[in-house]
Amino acid sequence: MQGVLQQVFSGLASGGIFASLALALVLIYNAMGLVNFAQGEMAMFATFIAVTLMDRGLNYWIAFPVTLVIAFAGGVAIQRIVIRPVERAPVLTLVIVTLGLTALINGLAGFIWGYLPRAFPSPFPSRTISVLGAYVSYQDLGVIAVCGVVLLVIYLLLQRTTVGLTMRAAAHNPEASRLMGVRVSWMLALGWGLASAVGAVSGIMVAPILFLEPNMMQTVIIYAFAAAVLGGIESPVGAVVGGLIVGVTVNLAGAYVPYVGGDLELAVALAIIVAVLVLKPNGLFGRPSVRRV
Amino acid sequence: MLQRIRAAPPRYWLVVIAVLFFAGFPTVISSFQAAQWANALILVIAIMGLNILVGYSGQLSLGHGAFMALGAYTSAILAHRYKMDYLLTVPIAGLLTGLVGFLFGVPALRLSALYLALATFALAVVTPSLIKRPVALTNGVNGIILLPPDPPQFAKDAFSAVTGTVMTSEQWTYYVTFAWALLLFWLAWNLVRHRSGRAMRALRDGEVAAAASGVNIAGYKMLAFGISALYAGIAGSLFGMSSGFVSPDSFPVGLSIQLLVGAVIGGLASIPGPLAGGIFAYFLPIESNQWVPAQTWIPTQIASTVEKAGPAVTYGAILILIMIFAPNGIVGLVTSGYERLRRRLRGAADRETGQAPPDPQTV
Repeated sequence: MQGVLQQVFSGLASGGIFASLALALVLIYNAMGLVNFAQGEMAMFATFIAVTLMDRGLNYWIAFPVTLVIAFAGGVAIQRIVIRPVERAPVLTLVIVTLGLTALINGLAGFIWGYLPRAFPSPFPSRTISVLGAYVSYQDLGVIAVCGVVLLVIYLLLQRTTVGLTMRAAAHNPEASRLMGVRVSWMLALGWGLASAVGAVSGIMVAPILFLEPNMMQTVIIYAFAAAVLGGIESPVGAVVGGLIVGVTVNLAGAYVPYVGGDLELAVALAIIVAVLVLKPNGLFGRPSVRRV
Repeated sequence: MLQRIRAAPPRYWLVVIAVLFFAGFPTVISSFQAAQWANALILVIAIMGLNILVGYSGQLSLGHGAFMALGAYTSAILAHRYKMDYLLTVPIAGLLTGLVGFLFGVPALRLSALYLALATFALAVVTPSLIKRPVALTNGVNGIILLPPDPPQFAKDAFSAVTGTVMTSEQWTYYVTFAWALLLFWLAWNLVRHRSGRAMRALRDGEVAAAASGVNIAGYKMLAFGISALYAGIAGSLFGMSSGFVSPDSFPVGLSIQLLVGAVIGGLASIPGPLAGGIFAYFLPIESNQWVPAQTWIPTQIASTVEKAGPAVTYGAILILIMIFAPNGIVGLVTSGYERLRRRLRGAADRETGQAPPDPQTV
């Protein structure tokens, strides 16, 4: 039982990481109805920026927010330069463009920082603490706390501020918002910036566990897809719940289902995606989509 | 007969020239280069399949590498374990993969283009670990080693009569691939011009309108998936033959991206597109890997990084630029350039306004 509890806690920690990245996907999906395949690579790139800052001697807790600001600016810049010209193109075109971004960012990171995996510092002590009889590492608790704070900030921003209201309005009904004086295209850019910053959190949190290299996020993004789909791809709450469920499920399956073991954990994510899409395409929290004919 | 030949539009002559070129090519290049071109043609076949799915029926698959893997492993297991003639396993692998693709089309029916892209992308990422697990069947990470094919006597005779040298197994592989490519292109050409091709394009351009006109949406979507997977399966099977080795890492997610790049660069919804796109997508990383170290002005340290990162950066940049500036790819650029050139040469009236073009000297 204690073993299970331990797996649940470490599952919640990875779930928090998946939830952040899934939330980033949801933010962009809500802004323009697009799944950003490059989200993971953007997070990876931001993590490399963080490690570069720390190599220059910056303290972790200074480098962290600075990286988020840079990631925000980067997200806005990508939207302005790359996405804007194809904003009204069919979904197929948009998906291909984000795939191009994936390859481009991945290659650029390899070009600048090389392909050798490198250690990434963790601000949390490696000791463990006993919770309900299970040993939980400070690392896991810290990750859960940081992800929780970020998700809360995003929630408050979207629900309690004028900017958040404007952003939601622009996503919900671009035409009406434009008539009300909202600069819709800039709101999209803001959405990309926010998503990029939230994604960067997941990259920085996962890097001490996975080691930092250009392909680090390739598996994390699949879990984030699973989380977003499970939660219902337009629901921020769903992304968080979905992320936690995926994290715990994958961890338990890896530990207790004999055939799954270590390397088929990713297949569990694929199974979740396919099962949800076939059985309940709107996910747990999504609204059923209505198609206009 | 002669009159029909004389009346043939220029694109038929292009086809004849291309076929003759690809048939005669291996007699003048080295055996190693023939192997490279065989691989390029394999990519072309898989991209043709992807083009039928993406370009003509409007469904997006980012997981065609997985179908290639299925085809390759079907052939490898049949040939290695059951000692079947490899050439016989190619159509079997194609049909099996096609069937799987057809069934894969069933859940795909319920998904929007975006979800389909997402699910197939996940499939592409998971494929290597899915292959590794049934060790008894696939030999796990070690993969399956295949014997190089031995050219039959008639091919040896014909080849030595033309070139005076002995045919190698690489050259034989090239001709096998070329024959399959010819057959599959001919099939695709017929498919898209006839009833099923029109139905696919109709559902791509407007599902509701197509359904209202009596097109069986579900049937044609599944058909497109099946045919597309058939192409990928045959390409995968030929890939095993040409590389003499299949392993889980032969089918990374990058392969699926490479296929998409090829389809997009060549031009979606066109028949010559996959040919141009496949050759481009295959030779871009190889050529850049040869070109970069040869440049003395690039320091060696940087050169080795560029070698690894270069193809990804170029692929990415090209994908984005093509989507923004030339959504119809190479073929689109060539045809629109040809049209423009012809209009200028004839000095014809502007089609839209009916006005004669201005005299160049007076402008």
